[in-house]
Amino acid sequence: MGRVRIDLHEYQVIGRRLPSEQEPTPKLFRMRIFAPNQVVAKSRYWYFLSKLHKAKQASGEIVSVNEIHEAKPMVVKNFGIWLRYDSRSGTHNMYKEYRETSRAAAVESCYQDMAARHRARFSSIQIIRVATVKASEVRRPYIQQLLQPNLKFPLPHRVQRPAKKADRALIIAQRPSTFY
Amino acid sequence: MQGSFKRLVEVGRVVLITHGEDAGKIATIVDIVDHNRAIVDGPTTGVKRQIITYKNVVLTDIVVKRLPRTIGSKALAKFLEKEQVVEAWQKTAWAQKLEARKRRANLSDFDRFKLMRLKKQQRDIVDRQSAALRKERA
Repeated sequence: MGRVRIDLHEYQVIGRRLPSEQEPTPKLFRMRIFAPNQVVAKSRYWYFLSKLHKAKQASGEIVSVNEIHEAKPMVVKNFGIWLRYDSRSGTHNMYKEYRETSRAAAVESCYQDMAARHRARFSSIQIIRVATVKASEVRRPYIQQLLQPNLKFPLPHRVQRPAKKADRALIIAQRPSTFY
Repeated sequence: MQGSFKRLVEVGRVVLITHGEDAGKIATIVDIVDHNRAIVDGPTTGVKRQIITYKNVVLTDIVVKRLPRTIGSKALAKFLEKEQVVEAWQKTAWAQKLEARKRRANLSDFDRFKLMRLKKQQRDIVDRQSAALRKERA
């Protein structure tokens, strides 16, 4: 139960066309793919490569797949994501910003965000570019507001929940205090 | 606008973790991710540096003053020791109540029996004294 998490990872996939007589040493193509696992990563690789070059899975091979881990997974960064998605009426390019600790987490929340705001599915979203953005170059006000020095804010409505759901009381004598 | 709210999410705010494996321990906010999450660290209380949602945390009154953002664990430990954060927390009525509740939960049957006997003795003394006072008044 709970939130449906896709749990994305970033993979580096390298592949090429199969060597032939005309082309004994085919060019290698490298791509950074965000996918839940290596199988999906390879599939997405061929999907994107066939859009960019004359290459397909049947006449090509994957040379290597390895995961790219975040260098500093405990440091908060601002990510800009350039994406393209197919809505019900057309194709749109978008630029969005996220505040996360890793590229994969940023892309994951991007998919969630696109699903929430535009009802866009995983299959109709193409991540074009993911980059960390300097604080001075953040464009979106919803991220800018988190970058002010000495940021502080209250939690205006706190609902205290027991550590275990089984300990939750359905009926209590006093109204809970949500203020602090 | 923030005047009426006593406890704010800010770097240096000490929080009590209420959910998960670190439940019951205190940690310090080291960086704010967004409106829902922060990075907390508790090198002196055995809390690993982690991203935590505010839902799993209660803000306390204690703030480590002038704590730099994204401070490392070792430097943070020095700050916490200098400001005596753990001691300040243990002194609060809130922490003592939690401690008492924990101790009470861990009592054995014999411990509860001893407690009952002690309470009886205490009650006996109080009753005798108040009876003597009442006699004096009358």
